Amino acid sequence: MKNFKEVFDQYSWEEVTAAIATKTSLDVQQALAAPRRSLEDFMALISPAAAPYLEQMAQLSHAATRKRFGNTVQLFAPMYLSNECNNICTYCGFSFDNKIKRRTLNAAEILQEINEIKKHGFQHILLVTGEANQVVHVDYFLKAIALIRPHFANISIEVQPLDEDEYRQLQEAGIYSVLVYQETYHKDRYKEYHTKGKKSNFYYRLETPDRIGRAGMHKIGLGVLLGLEDWRADSFFCALHLDYLQKKYWQTRYAISFPRIRPAAGVESGKYTIRDRELVQLICAYRLFNEDVEISISTRETETFRNHVLKLGTTTISAGSKTNPGGYAVDPQSLEQFEVSDERSAAEMAAVIRASGYEPVWKDWDKNFKVPC
Amino acid sequence: MQPLSIRDKILHSRLFLGTGKFGSARLMEDAVLASGTELVTVALKRVDLETQTDNLLAHLQHPHINLLPNTSGVRTANEAVFAAQLAREALETNWLKLEIHPDPRYLLPDPVETLKATEELAKLGFVVLPYIHADPVLCKRLEDAGTAAVMPLGAPIGTNKGLKTYDFLQIIIEQSKVPVIIDAGIGAPSDAAKAMEMGADAVLVNTAIAVAGNPVQMAAAFKLAVDAGRMAYEARLATAANHATASSPLTAFLHEEL
Repeated sequence: MKNFKEVFDQYSWEEVTAAIATKTSLDVQQALAAPRRSLEDFMALISPAAAPYLEQMAQLSHAATRKRFGNTVQLFAPMYLSNECNNICTYCGFSFDNKIKRRTLNAAEILQEINEIKKHGFQHILLVTGEANQVVHVDYFLKAIALIRPHFANISIEVQPLDEDEYRQLQEAGIYSVLVYQETYHKDRYKEYHTKGKKSNFYYRLETPDRIGRAGMHKIGLGVLLGLEDWRADSFFCALHLDYLQKKYWQTRYAISFPRIRPAAGVESGKYTIRDRELVQLICAYRLFNEDVEISISTRETETFRNHVLKLGTTTISAGSKTNPGGYAVDPQSLEQFEVSDERSAAEMAAVIRASGYEPVWKDWDKNFKVPC
Repeated sequence: MQPLSIRDKILHSRLFLGTGKFGSARLMEDAVLASGTELVTVALKRVDLETQTDNLLAHLQHPHINLLPNTSGVRTANEAVFAAQLAREALETNWLKLEIHPDPRYLLPDPVETLKATEELAKLGFVVLPYIHADPVLCKRLEDAGTAAVMPLGAPIGTNKGLKTYDFLQIIIEQSKVPVIIDAGIGAPSDAAKAMEMGADAVLVNTAIAVAGNPVQMAAAFKLAVDAGRMAYEARLATAANHATASSPLTAFLHEEL
């Protein structure tokens, strides 16, 4: 089969934008009534024409999520290993041109952080870094994973795009899933936001999930950074990507995240803001399009918003998050990647989940599951 | 009603329960108790094998409840065998619900890997209950491999669509030398009753109970349905007919010779 670049290049941003804008009530009604929903249906569901159907979408999304995932919500904590970064991303607190104190955790510091995160009951952890290949490279990851693996049931990473054999090494070392967001699928806008560094190569990033899939990773996390461009067109391309990957790497699970640009040091808020109402529409549209994709909501979102979207399609949620390296124990005052909106602890979040009639799930994998090589 | 025997165990309930998807461990426990089940399956990946205080297991500590660990999440026979050994050590049982569904969308079982794993696990002394398609030939191959039972699906897992594989289940039940437990897809007590009426030895239910408006009441409803279906099977159902039996104009001439 083709790689995603070939699929992607068949579409034009302008045509997709126009197709979404011209969806009608009838298209939305047909999408809602369809037993299986296509990419065309997804377009209708994220279109302005679907706005009046939001409550119905929410009801359907709630029911479909319960049927597939039950009354459970998976909890995880992010652990930032480094804020060093050679990229200039005009929206990110870790951007190279942002004059902040840089830190990459060493082995002792990683253990200190592990210790603190474990205290809160987490079994699933997400490792995050910037992109600084001379310091934070595969060897660094492998060393970190060796320290972390004995303590957690499930490890995900969100780091710079890597090569296929590097992903294979990480998979063998015990990484369960890799998150990589395209940020925006708008080629020209992508270049404007990513002016310097390895990240400025749009197509290398675009084909990253293919490399992760070929490496046999259990799960791939996708998303766009909401606020960089028109969220509707960007999300269509992300759904297209998901659809392509799911057919090609059929043994892999998929997750979608919805990072919305939050205030961070040296970053201006943009003009492509997505409102709460629209984000709910987007979350529900993904669920109606794909009943088995995991939907993850981070602490970028507010308490109120998280309390409510818990029931609208969410399967995975972070809590008590620190988005700075060493933020849990080593150096709580260091600079964050983004400002956390929901500062409730893991225990408080678990109580909210329970009060909503859901079981907080801490462990849904076993570190011993992979056959030792 | 006749009890069900699988290897060394005699089970008085023919309803098996899954423990996932419940809104709380307490609710799961209440549903398990209301169902009268004696065999519950637990995903190994959900159990914290390192602490002695696993929340899920803590709610299953009843003398009449047997644990059936499952390998949900593994993708190959090798991974399944490895997970089975972990389960045996941690949960002190050689019973295993073998689940190899590398397709995370519909969680459909991989017949090739399942057969391979069953062969190996049977040799290692496991009591293997494999989750499979409603494939009669595969069932015979699994029998040869030493399976303790077969667990064909009624419909894709979690769909509540009922016995979509009805015709194939009938063939499996007709041919099987080992107990046939219909697993996956059973969405309503009527589906369970139907499965039992057709001669299934047991059914396994999870989503239909866990996600019901009132899981405990639904568990009790399933208990009644499974019992009713089994009793009906043992009582031998009267044959269904499309028409009332009338005189026999075509063969009436033969009566003279009686």
